[in-house]
Amino acid sequence: MTAADLLAAFSDFAFMRRALAGCLVLSVAAAPVGVFLMLRRLSLTGDAMAHAILPGVAAGYLLAGLNLWAMTAGGLAAGLAIALMASAVTRLTPLREDASLATLYLVSLALGVILISARGSAVDVMHLLFGSVLAIDDTALIFIGIVASITVLAFAVMWRPLVLECVDPGFLKAVGGRGAIIHVAFMLVMVLNLIAGFQALGTLLSVGLMMLPAASARFWTRSLGAMTALAMAFAALSSVAGLTASFAANLPSGPAIIVAAGILYALSVAFGPTGGLIARLRPARHRTG
Amino acid sequence: MGAAIMDFARQGRPAGGASLAFRNATIGYDRHPALHHLSASFPAGSMTAVVGPNGAGKSTLLKAAIGHIRPIGGDVAIDGCRRTEIAYLPQLNEIDRTFPLPVFDFVAMGLWQRRGAFGGYGRDDDEDVARALAGVGLAGFEQRPLDTLSGGQLQRVLFARLALQDAPLILLDEPFTAVDDRTIGELMDLIDRWNAEGRTVVAVLHDLELVRRRFQRTLLIARRLIAEGATADVLTAENLAAARHHIEAWDEAAPFCEAEPAP
Repeated sequence: MTAADLLAAFSDFAFMRRALAGCLVLSVAAAPVGVFLMLRRLSLTGDAMAHAILPGVAAGYLLAGLNLWAMTAGGLAAGLAIALMASAVTRLTPLREDASLATLYLVSLALGVILISARGSAVDVMHLLFGSVLAIDDTALIFIGIVASITVLAFAVMWRPLVLECVDPGFLKAVGGRGAIIHVAFMLVMVLNLIAGFQALGTLLSVGLMMLPAASARFWTRSLGAMTALAMAFAALSSVAGLTASFAANLPSGPAIIVAAGILYALSVAFGPTGGLIARLRPARHRTG
Repeated sequence: MGAAIMDFARQGRPAGGASLAFRNATIGYDRHPALHHLSASFPAGSMTAVVGPNGAGKSTLLKAAIGHIRPIGGDVAIDGCRRTEIAYLPQLNEIDRTFPLPVFDFVAMGLWQRRGAFGGYGRDDDEDVARALAGVGLAGFEQRPLDTLSGGQLQRVLFARLALQDAPLILLDEPFTAVDDRTIGELMDLIDRWNAEGRTVVAVLHDLELVRRRFQRTLLIARRLIAEGATADVLTAENLAAARHHIEAWDEAAPFCEAEPAP
């Protein structure tokens, strides 16, 4: 198969075009979420939330079949419930947030799989967990577009308080910025993006399109703006490479995209100039002052 | 650095400082009071050091003033400005220094009252930030990332942000940790100048020698008020012993403040 054949995959098949468009738009929205998750040291929270939304999505699926809006509503409700319960457990008991999130999301995952298998088949479980390009229809595309628009708008509005909430939350509180609201808004945007991603990538892997490009970008720049832009570019590149590979070698699309992002991450760890392994090993020339 | 400070001071607000008063306030985390039935006042335009052993509730006092902790009993009154106008210098460990942010962006947060969460920064703001940085001896540091600063430089950056806030009431929580003696002198001059402009200053400090040298008023606490007033009257051997003893009676395991020399 030549490069031209691979390009033809996108021009010949509408589902490939829809998948590509969906993943590219998703890349723009998910990357900044990932950057802030990483900088706030909440990377695993994203993962936990991805598991946590499964029973909600499953409940929507049970009630209304493969209906996007029902599954979205269910996923949102479950994600927010888990986020609120985790912080409630943290505040009211000696358990730390990571431990309470871990317990909650494991139970959620188990509940979700039970719910799906109560009516659906193993194929359905696989579909919800790992996604499928074929699932991206026009409704899904519109939904991804809406989520991406909300995400970009939300970041434009809350960028400064969000940065401050990360660096110096005490100061934000002292000047009357509402850190708690910013945090909840950020979590909400994250859950929305996870749900938007699950059609293509599945609930378990949609967090990958957030975290891997963000973590990779960290190795190339120290500037927050550049890091965000680079994360978007890495996510888009992974999407194109993953979809192409998935078409060429008949691989599941979600895992193919995440593996592509993983390869980019490995390259960044090795060759990235800010903290990469080779940059670290090479004897550094120092400046005079 | 002196000229830069003068420059910066000239644009300070002419209005007098705000006053802060604790009236029989009990403040704590969960149900454990860190401050017990405290009554103390910080008059407008005064400059007060807050001292006491570790765990005496010094930071809690400041956090209650800015409204981070609500009193369990009694009240904390601020007169002369809104609570959100108070300038507060947190302890260094409350700041995430690994976040990739240039010094300019961090210091410019001090303009929050003027620009809010969304307002853009204009040329005036750029100049104010540059002046504030020059005022703490960090001219030209605008584009340096936070994670490349030393502890002392970060402390100066915090002072620059504080200066930009142009606040009538300034609260400093251990402002001189990780700062060398020369820098302490320069930053103390800056604090003196703020006070001379009529701003009220409250500083939590460990170095009793510094307090004796530079602060006229002192508040000594150990979960409750031990003494309040002129520094020489407050930092007596009896009062300091009482403060230590009181903490000891509360919690056998609490360590003493290592920076406390015998008076």
